[in-house]
Amino acid sequence: MSGSNVQEIKKEIRVYITVLISLAVLTCVTVSVSYLHLPIPQAIVLALLIAIIKGSLVACYFMHLISERRLVYLVLLVTVFFFFGLLLLPFFNFHDDLTGTIRVS
Amino acid sequence: MSEFIPYIVEEREETGLYNAKMGIWLFLASEVMLFGGLFSSYVMMRVGALHWPHGSSILNVPLATLNTLVLIVSSVTMVLAWASLRLNDFKKFRLNLGLTILCAFIFLIVKYFEYTAKFHHHLFPKTSTFLAIYFTMTGLHAIHVIGGIIVNAYNFGPGSKMWKTQPHRFINRIEVSGLYWHFVDLVWIFLFPVLYLL
Amino acid sequence: MSSEHSQGHDEHHQLSWWRTYVFATDHKMIGLQYGITALFFLLFGFCLMMLMRWQLAYPGQPLPVIGKWLGSANMPDGVMLPEFYNQLGAMHGTIMVFMGIVPLAVGAFGNYIVPLQIGAADMAFPRINMVSYWAFFVGGVVMLTSFFIPGGAASSGWTSYTPLADIATTGQTFWIIGMVCLITSSLLGAVNFITTIIQLRTKGMTFMRLPFFVWAQFVTAFLLLLAFPPLEAAAILQLMDRIAHTSFFLPSGLVVSGQPLEISGGGSVLLWQHLFWFLAHPEVYVLILPAMGVIAEILANNTRRPLSGYKSLVYSVLFIGFMSFIVWAHHMYLTGMGTTISAFFQATTMIISIPSVIILTVFFLSLWGGSIRFTIPMLFALAFLPMFGIGGLTGLPLGLNITDIPLHDTYYVIAHFHYIVAPGTIFALFAGIYFWFPKITGRRMNDVLGHIHFWPSLICMNLIFMPMFIQGLAGVSRRLYDGGAEYAHAQGTLHLNVLISWSAWILAIFQLPFIFNLIWSLFKGPKSNDNPWESTTLEWATPTPPPHGNFVKIPEVFRGPYEYSLPGAKTDFAPQCQQIVT
Repeated sequence: MSGSNVQEIKKEIRVYITVLISLAVLTCVTVSVSYLHLPIPQAIVLALLIAIIKGSLVACYFMHLISERRLVYLVLLVTVFFFFGLLLLPFFNFHDDLTGTIRVS
Repeated sequence: MSEFIPYIVEEREETGLYNAKMGIWLFLASEVMLFGGLFSSYVMMRVGALHWPHGSSILNVPLATLNTLVLIVSSVTMVLAWASLRLNDFKKFRLNLGLTILCAFIFLIVKYFEYTAKFHHHLFPKTSTFLAIYFTMTGLHAIHVIGGIIVNAYNFGPGSKMWKTQPHRFINRIEVSGLYWHFVDLVWIFLFPVLYLL
Repeated sequence: MSSEHSQGHDEHHQLSWWRTYVFATDHKMIGLQYGITALFFLLFGFCLMMLMRWQLAYPGQPLPVIGKWLGSANMPDGVMLPEFYNQLGAMHGTIMVFMGIVPLAVGAFGNYIVPLQIGAADMAFPRINMVSYWAFFVGGVVMLTSFFIPGGAASSGWTSYTPLADIATTGQTFWIIGMVCLITSSLLGAVNFITTIIQLRTKGMTFMRLPFFVWAQFVTAFLLLLAFPPLEAAAILQLMDRIAHTSFFLPSGLVVSGQPLEISGGGSVLLWQHLFWFLAHPEVYVLILPAMGVIAEILANNTRRPLSGYKSLVYSVLFIGFMSFIVWAHHMYLTGMGTTISAFFQATTMIISIPSVIILTVFFLSLWGGSIRFTIPMLFALAFLPMFGIGGLTGLPLGLNITDIPLHDTYYVIAHFHYIVAPGTIFALFAGIYFWFPKITGRRMNDVLGHIHFWPSLICMNLIFMPMFIQGLAGVSRRLYDGGAEYAHAQGTLHLNVLISWSAWILAIFQLPFIFNLIWSLFKGPKSNDNPWESTTLEWATPTPPPHGNFVKIPEVFRGPYEYSLPGAKTDFAPQCQQIVT
C-alpha cells in the first residue's frame, strides 16, 4: 500500500470523501425510518440492513478490506463463523428449552 | 530487541503483511468476539423479556445521531491522516490526526451529557435490563474510544518523532492505529440502531 | 565459535538487571518467568486440594498443626468451615486451570520453544509479550489477595455459575478482576503467537515442516484469541451485576435466604452458562493440545522414527480447534435443554472425539517398530498415552444427553477431566521439563531422581482418580463438604475417600524429588552438549543456553521435522537445517 503513487492516493482520498457522504446519508435514512414506527420485525430487518451496508463501507474502504490479503480474509471468515455460532446457538437454545427457565421476566 | 525481528517495516512475501498488521487484525478478531458476546447477551435479554422498551422512548436519538456523524467524520480524518503521510505531507497528517482526536473528545462529551441526563432522571443501570445493557455496551465502547484517544495522542505527540527516523514504520503505525479506530466506529454503527432505534 | 559471537552481542546490548530479569522482552526469559510462576501456582493449587482432601477423608475432624495456622475464620480449632471448603474448591479449579497449566503450557513452553523451533530470533512483539506476562502476574496476585479479604476468596466454583456468584462475597469481585487480567494476558499472548508463527518462520520452514508442537500452539492460540473474549464479556456483565446491581443473570422474583432480592430482574441465568462454556470448552483443548505437542516431540525423538502420520496429526488438530467452538452446550444438558438443540450438541461432541482418537492412534502407532529409548521424558510421555486414553474415553458418556444426566456433577466428571489434565497434561508438562531442561540450562537432570519422581506419581495419580469413577457411578455429587457422608447412597464408597486422600498426600511427597532435582541440576547437573537427545528440530541447533537472538546464524530449513533413521544415513537423525545431499 505504502508504495502506491501520488495519483492513486489522490484517487483514494476522493473515494474516502464519497464514502463519508454515503455514510452520513445512510445515518439520516436509518434515523428517519425509525420515526415511521414500522412493526418491530420489519424495523429490525431494515435497521440491521442499513447498519450492515454502513459497516461494510467502513470495513471495505476505511479499513481497505476490499484490497486486503487472503490471510486476513481467512482470519475474519473464521471469526465471523464463530461470531454467528455465539449469537445463534444460545438463541436456538432459548427457543428449544423444556423448562422455561430462560423465559422468566 | 527489534533489531532481530524481520517484517516490521516490509511485508513478508508469502503473506503480504507486515507483523503489526497481522497482529491488529487478530486483535480485532478477538474484539469482534468480545462485542459478539455482548450482542448475544442483548439478544437473549430481549427475546426473554415480556416487555422491551423502544430505544427512542428512553434515549436521546438526536444526540446519538450527532455522535454517529462525529465518529464517522473522525474515521474519515483518520484515514486522511494516513493518506497524507503517504503523500509525504506531515503537516496535513498532523491536522487530520488532531481532528480525529478532537472528534473523539466531542463524542465523549456528548456521551457524558447523555449519561448525566439519564442519571438526572433516575435512570440507572439497575433500573431495567434495557438500561443495564445500554450502559454496559456504550460504556465498553466509550472505553475503546478512550483507548483510541491515547493511541492517537501518542502518535500525534511523542510517537511522531519516528517519522524522521523510520518513516515507513511510522506510516505502518498510523495504518494500524487507523484500523483500530475504524473498528471502534464500526461497533458504534451497529450499537446505534440496536440500542436507540429498535 | 558460538560463545565468541554471543559475547559480541552482549557487549552491544548490555541490558540493565531490570530489563534482563524483570521487565524482560526476550522470549526465553519471559518463558522462564511464566514457567516459574506457573509451577508455583500449580504447587499452591495442589496444596489447596490437599487441605480439602483432609476434610473429605476425615469430615469434621480437626486438622493437626496446619489447621491452627489457617486462622479461626477459616478453620476454628482446626475444623474446616464449609465456607472455607468452598473457597478452596473454587480457587483450586481457577488456579490450576488459568494460573497453572495454561501459563505453563502456553506461556512457558510456547514462549520458550516456539520461536526456537521455527527459527526466529524472538517473538514478533517482544514488548507485548512482556505486558502479557505482567498482566498474568497481576491477575495472579489479585486472586491470591482475595484469600485475605473479609469473606475470603471466591467460593462459587471455578465456573462461577450465576445467580450464586452474583450474590456471593467480595471474593467473587476479586475473582472477576483477576480473570479480566488473565484474559487480557492470554489475548495478548495469542496475538503474539499467531503472528510469530505466521510471519517469523525461517527460510524453508513451510507450514508442513513445522514441528507438531508449533502446530498445537498455533491452534491453541486461536482458541484463546476467539474463545476468551466472550468470557470477558460475561465477566463484565457479572461485574455490572455485582457493582452496579444490574440483573443480567438474575431472574425476577429471586429469593435469597427467605428475603426477596430488590432487583429489576428479567435476567437470564443460562446466559452466563452459555458465555462461560463458550470459553471453557475450547479451554479444555487449550489445556490438552500443547501437551499433545510436547508428547509428539518426545515420542518422535525417543522412538528414533518419524511419527506415523504427521499430516493426520496436523489436520486433526485443526479440526479439533474448529469443532471445539460448537460443542460447548454439552455441559448444559441438565438445564432443561430441548431435544433438537441437544441432538445438535451431542452430534458435534461425538464428531470432535474422532480427531482426538486419530491423534492418540498416531501416537500409539508411532511406537511400532521404533527403537525406544526409555529416558525420563519418554516415561512420562508413554504414561500420558493410556492416561489420556482413559480420560478421553470416559468422556464419551458425558457427551451424550441420556448418560450425562445421572453422571452430571458427580465424582465421575471429576475423575474424567482430571485423568486428562493431571496424569495427562501435567505428565506431558513434566516430560517437557525433563526434555528441554538441558537446552535451557546447559545441564542434564538426574535420572535416578527422575525415576523416583515418575513411578510413584503414576501409581498415586491412578489411586486418586480411579476410585472417583466408582464414587461417581454410585452417584456421589461433587463439591460436597463432607464427601457424601450425609447421603445413604454414598455410604458404600465413603471408605475410598481415605485412600484417595492418602494417595494425594503421598503424591505430594514424591514431587519433592522433582523440585530438588530441578534446583540441584541447575547447579550440579552433568554438563550437556547442544543436542543431548540427538534431536532433529531447530531448537537443538542453537548454542546452549540460547543467547539473546537465539541463533548464531538464522538457519535455513531443508526437511521435515521428524527425519529419524533415514535409510543409508550416517546418523539416525537428520536435523531440519541439514542440507539434503543428492
